[in-house]
Amino acid sequence: MAHSYTPGLTVTEQTTVRRRRILPLPGTVLVKVGDAVHADTAVARAELPGKVVPLNLANQLGIAPDEINDYLIKKENDSVRKDDVLAENKPFIKWFKTEIRSPITGKVESVSTITGQILLREPPRILELRGYVDGSIVDVHPEQGVTVETSCSLVQGIFGIGGETSGELVMGVTAPDQPMTPEHLTPAMKGKIVIGGAFLSAATMARAKELGVIGLVVGGIHDKDLRALLGYDLGVAITGTEQVGFTLILTEGFGTIPMAPKTFALLSARAGHKASVSGATQIRAGVIRPEIIIPQTARTVAARPDRVEREGIQLGDPVRIIRDPLFGKIGAVSGLPSELRAIPTESEVRVLEVRFPDGTTTVVPRANIEVIEGA
Amino acid sequence: MTEQPPSPAAAAVTHPLNVIVATDCGSTTTKAILIEKVGEEYRQTYRGEAPTTVEAPFEDVTRGVLNAIAEIEELSGRTILEGDRIITPNQSAQGDPKRGVDIYVSTSSAGGGLQMMVTGVVQNMTGESAQRAALGAGAIVIDVLASNDGRLPYEKIERIRTMRPDMILMSGGTDGGAVTHVVEMAEYIAAADPRPRFGSTYRLPLVYAGNTDARPQIKTILGEKTALDFADNIRPVLERENLAPARNKIHDLFLEHVMQQAPGYKKLIEMAGAPIMPTPAAVGVIMETIAKREGINLIGVDIGGATTDVFSVFNGLFNRTVSANLGMSYSISNVLAEAGLDNIMRWVPFTIDEQTLRNRIKNKMVRPTTIPQSLDELQIEHAIAREALRLALIHHKSLATGLKGIQQERTISDVFEQRTSGKTLIDLLKLDLIVGSGGILSHAPRRIQSMLMMVDAYEPLGVTTLSVDSIFMMPHLGVLSTVNEQAATDVFIRDCMVYLGTCIAPIGQGKDGERCADYEIALPDGRIEKGQLAFGDLKLFALTREQQATVTMQPAKQVDLGNGPGQSFTKTVQGGVVGLMLDGRGRPLQLPGEQAARVAMLTRWYQAVGLYPKGS
Repeated sequence: MAHSYTPGLTVTEQTTVRRRRILPLPGTVLVKVGDAVHADTAVARAELPGKVVPLNLANQLGIAPDEINDYLIKKENDSVRKDDVLAENKPFIKWFKTEIRSPITGKVESVSTITGQILLREPPRILELRGYVDGSIVDVHPEQGVTVETSCSLVQGIFGIGGETSGELVMGVTAPDQPMTPEHLTPAMKGKIVIGGAFLSAATMARAKELGVIGLVVGGIHDKDLRALLGYDLGVAITGTEQVGFTLILTEGFGTIPMAPKTFALLSARAGHKASVSGATQIRAGVIRPEIIIPQTARTVAARPDRVEREGIQLGDPVRIIRDPLFGKIGAVSGLPSELRAIPTESEVRVLEVRFPDGTTTVVPRANIEVIEGA
Repeated sequence: MTEQPPSPAAAAVTHPLNVIVATDCGSTTTKAILIEKVGEEYRQTYRGEAPTTVEAPFEDVTRGVLNAIAEIEELSGRTILEGDRIITPNQSAQGDPKRGVDIYVSTSSAGGGLQMMVTGVVQNMTGESAQRAALGAGAIVIDVLASNDGRLPYEKIERIRTMRPDMILMSGGTDGGAVTHVVEMAEYIAAADPRPRFGSTYRLPLVYAGNTDARPQIKTILGEKTALDFADNIRPVLERENLAPARNKIHDLFLEHVMQQAPGYKKLIEMAGAPIMPTPAAVGVIMETIAKREGINLIGVDIGGATTDVFSVFNGLFNRTVSANLGMSYSISNVLAEAGLDNIMRWVPFTIDEQTLRNRIKNKMVRPTTIPQSLDELQIEHAIAREALRLALIHHKSLATGLKGIQQERTISDVFEQRTSGKTLIDLLKLDLIVGSGGILSHAPRRIQSMLMMVDAYEPLGVTTLSVDSIFMMPHLGVLSTVNEQAATDVFIRDCMVYLGTCIAPIGQGKDGERCADYEIALPDGRIEKGQLAFGDLKLFALTREQQATVTMQPAKQVDLGNGPGQSFTKTVQGGVVGLMLDGRGRPLQLPGEQAARVAMLTRWYQAVGLYPKGS
């Protein structure tokens, strides 16, 4: 039988992760292999080219494009300050003189005698790339960035919004099926990552923002609250650049869904530790899932391979059902019939049997489960 | 016909092609089919599928390909793989005909397909021509920049900078005309220094297909900063479009540069015996072939997980558009965002609260490979599909206008007309055939579901035949046709196209129950079915693919069937696996606004044609 591949999310107490930290354009790497770095250590720096402002001098001076060099005061590569005269004409009567002044401070990047325009560029902005996780540098990619490695606990979420941040993990609730309400949040949670249970309401998110909570991790939220938070209906799951005041990670999906007990137990056990989180999600090619990385404090922990390649789903694998009507339920694979079975829609599909902790079983399409990896 | 560059790999195949394996790597699933020569004709014999593996943990598209082929091995008892290698050629000469295949071919839209930015000088002229060239080559156009697009120069530069296309196509100017504007655009691109989507170290491919006089300047400005290539001007003179050279160049660069960067594609290219084609380009080949062979006007649609492609051939003119964010899995939430909740809800034959529906759609977005298990989930997906299909056709109509297609001669006055009017070429009354493809249409548990989804979404007028790709193999056959035309045609006719039947829809509106038209259907067994089609009626008559029926209709005074209001109409129509459908629901189709009335109306229609299992 061809093995059935079912994507899953990793929830593991101990693993080694490597994260490539790559500048968006070539720059300078500030660390070397073997250096210990913190989440907020600058590991590389680049100069982001400034904004370009084109000006069509030929049009403004009423001359032919190939004549503009005769009128230029500032030449290619000259520095300019805002309101400096870039070009002027030389009329017989001074009253008719036209001066073209620079709208920005920067430099003259290029002059075109074909189009008659000059391009001005603002000074570059410095971009510092942070380490993101506490760990050590294992690889340097010259001019591009580094690879940071850390021995850690890792929890992958299904969906998130907001960028990378780091802070202390604190528990907002005491059970994975408990919704987190505004009352669960306290001023002491400022600058921290708060773990919720089954659900977060819009009011809880507003309270988190007010208190300065930097991260929220929860089983599910309602789509309408996400829309209210973002101010628009999210069409495609490509996120990570939202600025909503905190990073939000859903471990299960949309709706009220208890966090998987294993995930909740792991996060509870790591409460008080520093974690790095990223809400960046890309459910397309080169998939990116949101993540919570909790580096090990004792640096002596033996590293284990990051991931054992799965050879398909097997009996006993812990799985989560990821489609209604049993969405969010967790159990273990108890049967893998190879023949196609008709489901209520009348489609004939490959199915598997799942046994729940209470001993009951159900049959679901194989496409509708995901393996809880790192078990 | 979409032009394909000659394939060096295909040219090297000298042995006969008796056993062929083909795959399509979609954004969600990789579909493999086996084609074998049975006697004198080719037939599709087995199929297998597996999730596409561009995602972690594999991040290698060939893993999904091998999994899908392994499923074929299991079903057919044929050995095709030896480790991670496809055994070619077939070993029948060595006495083992059940070992190996003669060729492996593939298409791909995984990894988001080919994403392009195009530039022109005048938005409605070279800008649109460039857009058509890119779309025809199977690309998704992420933006069209033009000198007169209303954006300020710095806004254009910022836009180019923030986009990460796989490739840029530049056009603008007629040969021998002014070079200023196209050079200006090149200056903006150089200043923005755009980065490719995949790989930070390679240079972005850029095809220049504008005024040939500007080539030296373009080379000076962009030669260092991009992987620059030249193609003939797509608008050499104002009245003529010449898209073929630019399309070919795009296809070459897609293989040479872009695909080399996507996870596992280098390996895939090595495995295949012919160049990998972008899925839409392959489907386009098939659509054009059907229209040409039958001499008809058609609309084809391929509704996938991330995108919906629409193809049309009207009066021999081929057009293709892609709605990049209308799809049934990755982009499902965007269908909701674009169509609005009310438009989706109008097709759902039960009540469901907004919050539950929104959460369900988002859950499909974050877990795109799941399938509906319960009937209500299936009905919701079908409702969303109707809206995705409808929106994609609106998009297509807006681009399939005026000067479209390949090498069309026009006069100067037409060109100016195009700038202001841009009349669409899509005329639903002249439409002969709708061809549906893609998971939701090909794999609908009942064929009537595919038929009604397309009828509801497109609201065809008059007489229209509908068909569906049986198990989703048009892309495979499109790429196969570049290697072996006969194999592709044989399989297409015998195994791919499933004729659903014919829909007759009078144009006009009336009160529910009011007379729309009287009909008389002369069935092949000699029986005559006579009756009245009332507004709000949906009637279905059994008529197989091999059968024809002569339909005579006398519409009510204000109702038109193509011959004018109230004019009678007689036509011989073809059947299909569903049959003949008389659609008296009116055009434009209107649904009651009030929830209970709408649910009752939908239930009546759905039951009339046996859309879902009883008791639903």
